[in-house]
Amino acid sequence: MALAEPVEAAPPGPTASTDAAGLGRARAWLFVAPGLVLVAIFLVFPALWTIYLGTTNYELLGERKVSPEFVGLDNYTDTLADPEFHDSVVKTLLFVFGSALVGQMCLGFAIAWMLRTAGVWVRRTVETVVLMAWILPGSIVGFLWYAFLSEDDGTLNAILPVGDSAWLVEHPMWSIVIFNTWRGTAFSMLLFTAALATVPPSQLETARLSGAGGWQQLRDVVLPNIRGHILTNALLISLWTFNDFTPFLITGGEGSEILPIYIYKTALTGQQQLGLASAVSLIVLLINLVVALAYLAMLRRRRVR
Amino acid sequence: MTPADVVRRIGFYTLLCLVFASFVLPMLWLVSVPFDAKPSLSVSVPDFTLGNFETLADNPSAYKSLLNSVIISAGSMVLVVSLAALGAYALSRVRIRGRDALLYALLLLSSIVTGTAAIVPLYILLDELQLLDSHTGVVLAMSGGLLPAALFILKDFMDTTPRSYEESARVFGASPLRILVDVVVPIARPGLATIAVWTVVQVWGNFLIPFIAYNDPDRFPAAVRMFTFYTEAGQPNLLLISAFSLAYAIPVIAMYLFVSARYGFRFHGGIKH
Repeated sequence: MALAEPVEAAPPGPTASTDAAGLGRARAWLFVAPGLVLVAIFLVFPALWTIYLGTTNYELLGERKVSPEFVGLDNYTDTLADPEFHDSVVKTLLFVFGSALVGQMCLGFAIAWMLRTAGVWVRRTVETVVLMAWILPGSIVGFLWYAFLSEDDGTLNAILPVGDSAWLVEHPMWSIVIFNTWRGTAFSMLLFTAALATVPPSQLETARLSGAGGWQQLRDVVLPNIRGHILTNALLISLWTFNDFTPFLITGGEGSEILPIYIYKTALTGQQQLGLASAVSLIVLLINLVVALAYLAMLRRRRVR
Repeated sequence: MTPADVVRRIGFYTLLCLVFASFVLPMLWLVSVPFDAKPSLSVSVPDFTLGNFETLADNPSAYKSLLNSVIISAGSMVLVVSLAALGAYALSRVRIRGRDALLYALLLLSSIVTGTAAIVPLYILLDELQLLDSHTGVVLAMSGGLLPAALFILKDFMDTTPRSYEESARVFGASPLRILVDVVVPIARPGLATIAVWTVVQVWGNFLIPFIAYNDPDRFPAAVRMFTFYTEAGQPNLLLISAFSLAYAIPVIAMYLFVSARYGFRFHGGIKH
């Protein structure tokens, strides 16, 4: 549910890991144990169970709930042969690429870059609205966007001089890409604001004195300095966007069947094929694993340094 | 300033205004329509009234759902903060073999097993444990997901707190648990507060887990209840939804203002979501 990105992780003090309170190893384990038990039951076990469930024909109701059968890799072959799954993969790629990598990252960087030279009130005001979009509960922003984009008397249609369109019906993917850009830009903005503060002013000054324009400074001085931040940001927002269920609240899943919605529909609507949905879940978990491993490798390298 | 600079400056502020407008526009509904006697989906100058809030107050299912949100948020907060504090303190002070590997493995796990990919096994697990339709089940499931990041952040924080007070307390014969409660907790309060606010915001806003874990509408938290307010004609009941959304948003906005006034938001930048 969360990845930590401690922006200001302080280095451990000289006395780190000295057992000042006389805890001792045994008692230390006792202190850690309750948390580990909770995590084992509600995080580790479900993950491992997905592997097993994905090889059964488990369904929510009826005979296959009481005695599910082992079906080997059938769920995987069925899934990979399902045109709806292919469609879902394409939509997911579009969603992650369009809203996270292009939308949130570019807009977040642009805002951070512009606010750098803006006055304190301008800065605070813009930052606050961008942050609000990020921290309001998903149900509220889902409804806000449903209202904003609605055909009958949505605000967007009222503003745009062109004729009314049913955005959510005619352009569901565009709708959720724009929505998620709006929703998540705050994180990239915060991260890039912190990153830009680490660019040595002397380097920028030198570039300016040697006649580099804004774009050249950006390309030759700023971007090379914040490469690590860009990669970290890309990995995190991709991971979050990839697993986001909020678009469901705007479109009800119609025309925007990204993988989370595909899993939900397979598992809990229609035939409620939990076994089949588990197989898809495992595919998603494995993709998450690859992205998260890359992120942790970066986080670790940065801390060791 | 040369004319070119003036043009550039104007362009800059126009762009910034556009960004500002595109973020504000979808949000205007939340601050105007709750006060509008004739609520609609579009934003307009409201025909001012507080009547929508009276309607809200007369609707027991609405405030019951807010109460449900309070229960699961508070429950998860207590569980996450106390378990994370215990664990983070022990991991910070005692060098257990494989400690760092454990922390990274937990963090890795919580970032992988997230969102929709985990709902199938979680649903079946809650079903088997007879914890569907129960606040306890939702609190346990959410806490399990939030705990790894909480442990990680809090352990970092504990590493930076001074140890001399603990040593003195120990000299006077206090037990480790006593030292934790009376000495460490007061020192670590900013870190604990961060984790507490973060947990509440996460649980308060979570839609997916309550959505699958509850069948009984009386147990729905606000996040799910919002989508059950329909008029008899089958249209969304905007009067109720608008007032309800604002009531449901206010605690989050209040916490944001509190955190940014007290600690500055930047520090918390990374740990939302």
